Amino acid sequence: MRTVRKTTPDTSAPAAAAGTARPLGRALRAPGGLSLRLDARALAVVAALLLAALTASVLLIGTGDFPISAGDVLRTLVGGGDRGQEFIVRELRLPRVLVGLLVGASLGLAGALFQSVTRNPLGSPDVLGLSAGATAGALVMIVLFSGSAAAVTGGALVGGLATGLAIYLLAWKQGVHGYRLVLVGIGVSAVVTAVNGYLITKADFVDAARAVVWMTGSLNGRDWTQVWPLLALFAVLLPLVLSQARGLRMLEMGDDVSYALGVRVERVRLVLMVSAVLLTAAATAACGPVTFVALTAPQLARRLTRSPGPNLVPSLCMGATLLVTADWAAQRLFGADQLPVGVVTGVLGGLYLLWLLVTERRAGRI
Amino acid sequence: MAAAGLLALVALASIAIGAKELTLAQVWHGLFQSTGSYGDVVVDERLSRTVLGLLVGAALGLAGAVLQALTRNPLADPGLLGINAGASAAVVTAMTFFGVSSVSGYVWFAFAGAAAVGALVWFLGGSRGATPVRLALAGTAISAALYGYLQAVMITDDAALGKMRFWTVGSLATATDTTILQVLPFLGAGMVLALLLARPLNAVEMGDDTARALGANLNRTRALSMLAATLLCGAATAACGPIVFVGLMVPHVVRSFTGPDLRWILPYAAVLSPVLLLGSDVVGRIVARPAELQVGVVTAVIGGPVFILLVRRRRTAQL
Repeated sequence: MRTVRKTTPDTSAPAAAAGTARPLGRALRAPGGLSLRLDARALAVVAALLLAALTASVLLIGTGDFPISAGDVLRTLVGGGDRGQEFIVRELRLPRVLVGLLVGASLGLAGALFQSVTRNPLGSPDVLGLSAGATAGALVMIVLFSGSAAAVTGGALVGGLATGLAIYLLAWKQGVHGYRLVLVGIGVSAVVTAVNGYLITKADFVDAARAVVWMTGSLNGRDWTQVWPLLALFAVLLPLVLSQARGLRMLEMGDDVSYALGVRVERVRLVLMVSAVLLTAAATAACGPVTFVALTAPQLARRLTRSPGPNLVPSLCMGATLLVTADWAAQRLFGADQLPVGVVTGVLGGLYLLWLLVTERRAGRI
Repeated sequence: MAAAGLLALVALASIAIGAKELTLAQVWHGLFQSTGSYGDVVVDERLSRTVLGLLVGAALGLAGAVLQALTRNPLADPGLLGINAGASAAVVTAMTFFGVSSVSGYVWFAFAGAAAVGALVWFLGGSRGATPVRLALAGTAISAALYGYLQAVMITDDAALGKMRFWTVGSLATATDTTILQVLPFLGAGMVLALLLARPLNAVEMGDDTARALGANLNRTRALSMLAATLLCGAATAACGPIVFVGLMVPHVVRSFTGPDLRWILPYAAVLSPVLLLGSDVVGRIVARPAELQVGVVTAVIGGPVFILLVRRRRTAQL
């Protein structure tokens, strides 16, 4: 398994083939011995993705039963719209878009962390059973207690965290190795999926329909009460994760090399995994298990930046862009609130897998 | 002999235990001197359920053993590799979009789905260079994609939701004699083919070079094995929905007392897998009485820990 390495530079990329593999890097050095390498290409990618995310957000705010032009949306956001527009934008659509952005960013970041820790492009939280665990928590609330929306959110959070803990403990054997983590996650995922199926058969029809919609992942009817907790969690975890990013980059070279370079392997891995689990659980609690964002975002980001390593910030931006764009596409293609965003990301994920089939396999890197 | 005795015991339990309690005398009466009394009807219904359990159990066990030998992968399982998910996605498509409602109609869709996903996982997992982790990941990822598709179907179509939410768990509860008769030819053909493949698969397990040196026709064996696995998994899934982990656990248990020779493993797997499946079914009926826990849920709950144990016990080199 040690040879399975997602960090090797993409040899099929034209830039590498043309011999310009050395990125346009620039190091910032601060007096205290701190230094930070800035990659021009990565910065450009992040900027472009942010721009794309903002554009999609503005379009998404303007889409719905009451269409608003992009210019009006911008004017209303800075406080210049009429009353009707003000209400629709501020109270109804802005929180939805913000939840979408935050959830997408959380999933993108969590996916990048997991894929890096497991050293496998398929090792994302949805494959490892975290989403299934969060779903189980939510289903228990929906089916057994007919719980309120808040109870469902709480249940999903608890379910996700408990599953993450279970996977970590079961995979622990003098440290957690990538391959064991992946396989244990798959096992747990299979069990939890079966339990979820059982809960759905136990429900009466109305609860079952509600559960299935929740399980697909939807942004419908999200309001400010969902925005603030997500934002708070993000504000705490993002700096924490970025502070450990250097250790993560070392970890990708293997545990032994990392030890030799002075990285506290297990501690870094634990901190990052806890963060990733928290991000996934919170995102799933906010809008259901939106599939495949965590799987695809880091891969797409890596192809854009063409740089090895975890690519945390680009993945985060890519996740946010993907989710908001998918929601916009869902509303434009199928009419307002007809199909939840999870269906679109599911289709995208399927296409991504096919594409992976063609390229990654040829390079023997899965 | 002990294995066959165990099987008979579990089959008897499967007939005797359920929401309606029956004494052994009643079971005997229903089996051999049926007069159409209430107890006899119950026995008759449970008999079809038990027979289907026997067939599907044997099919999944054989398919698991064949796949493990074919991929040289201790973690191969029709459920884990997504083959059952492929079959069920195809069946749901047939039911919802083509209006196919009989088992004999959608069993063909199940074959197509099983074969397509089997091939896809094999290529996605890296073909010859496939490692257990890669194959398992590829299978799980494809299962996840198909699962998303199933949910999209269930959201848009209430009738599909009503039917599918029971079927996608994997249950023996809907077994009837006609279902058994409709899948029997396919299961029978798959089982015979699998048992005949024992000797050539033994050669495959030694690695490509050795197998070729021994005069084995590798491509033919691989193709026939895939055919056998497709027949077995497709028919089993069409009959009672996707069931995971049976094909994983049993061959491992069997291997621990027969050794690595497939000529022993395959027959034993065919006898012991139904023991597991029917046993799980009986457990599901006892635990949640008077309702029941679907057999797919029970096998997953039992199989998950076994799978994790296997993963933990094996050294890196063996995986």
